[in-house]
Amino acid sequence: MASKEVTSTDEFVKGLWRDNPVFIQVLGMCPALAVSNTALNALAMGLATTFVLLMSGLSVSLLRNFIPREARIVCYICIIATFVTSVDYLIMALSLELHRALGAFIALIVVNCLILGRAEAFASKHKPGRALLDGLGMGVGFTLALLFIGVVREILGSGSLFGVAVFPDGFQTWTVMVLPSGGFFAMALWLLIVNRIKQKQAAAAKTVEVTS
Amino acid sequence: MNVPGQQPQTSAWSMYRAIVGIGAFCALVIVVVFQSTAARIRDNQERFLAAAIADVLPETRTTVAVGLAEDGRLVPTTETLALPVFLAYDEAEQLAGAVLTAMGMGYQDNIRVLYAYSFEQNAIVGFKILESKETPGLGDRVEIEPHFIANFEALDASLSVDGSALANPIVTVKQGEKTDPWQIDGITGATITSEALGNILNNSASEWVPVLERDAGTIERGDRSNGQ
Repeated sequence: MASKEVTSTDEFVKGLWRDNPVFIQVLGMCPALAVSNTALNALAMGLATTFVLLMSGLSVSLLRNFIPREARIVCYICIIATFVTSVDYLIMALSLELHRALGAFIALIVVNCLILGRAEAFASKHKPGRALLDGLGMGVGFTLALLFIGVVREILGSGSLFGVAVFPDGFQTWTVMVLPSGGFFAMALWLLIVNRIKQKQAAAAKTVEVTS
Repeated sequence: MNVPGQQPQTSAWSMYRAIVGIGAFCALVIVVVFQSTAARIRDNQERFLAAAIADVLPETRTTVAVGLAEDGRLVPTTETLALPVFLAYDEAEQLAGAVLTAMGMGYQDNIRVLYAYSFEQNAIVGFKILESKETPGLGDRVEIEPHFIANFEALDASLSVDGSALANPIVTVKQGEKTDPWQIDGITGATITSEALGNILNNSASEWVPVLERDAGTIERGDRSNGQ
């Protein structure tokens, strides 16, 4: 029982750090770079993607014995597109301003390779419970990564965080951080940090192995 | 690659069943979501427009959507036009002005704007960008630059003597070179966007102001919808 609990936790946690979709797998770069210009946009995009990941993972997992191998991609895409369309309507019902800010990128969640990747690599081979945990982990990992990028870009590019000014009036904003190129800068910065930590961890693990 | 026996062939029927079944299920989900959010979305859109109208013409209490009849006369309309035009009435039920939507090409994409025309001042007295994808930090300064916004406190749009066209076309000039009330003081660094806004306003005002000036007084009170 105890060991099973560890594995389900692991199913969730792996998306946060070890297999983080943005920083480690480098999947779903298009929305990660395009709509992370403010922290709020990044958060909304992350949550929308998480919802689609959860719902499509659950559906694919439930239908995994019903969907023949040869026709799986068309079935997955159809399921994913349905939930993306639903998210589109839900965001419109929630706030038109938010819908306007995210623009075309909501519809483009369909082609986020992260979602099809999880459906194909995980949900189609596992029970619904585990598929949900995996989707949740990956979704939260994706949201956190977007949020990290968004926070850096908003603070430097607009001098604010979630719309609240964090610098005194005289601050000269770095406009480039709000522009698309700023996405690459912030992304590179985080990749640098994450890889550095990973390397240190690997080196530490190696030392332990040698000494023991 | 298809070694017999290694992977059993899926029958056409089971593939057909899966694709059609999932298609039907997906269609059902979309219909349910659409039906359950449609009312909220319409509410949001109406509230957004009402707030925008109150922004450009604060005196507004009620509005009437108007359109052009086949003979070119101004008539109340219930259709939702792509670029709606409203007559706005104040608390005393007097005509306070007209609020118009206009659209044109900016630097990145179409820009959609809302502006208010005052019959008393024969001028554009309020202006708001509804939708724009202009470059952040450059073109989008048209929404925040104080000297640019000040252009629309009273931008002259009076008609020529025969009432068929604007007396002076609305044009954007270089920053700091505005000399006449029908000119828009542009923004250095957002040249294309500020010129585009000048063109959008000029095209829309040239088309609508002559009609509004001629017919706005003839719109019946009974046709008034109860806007905000």
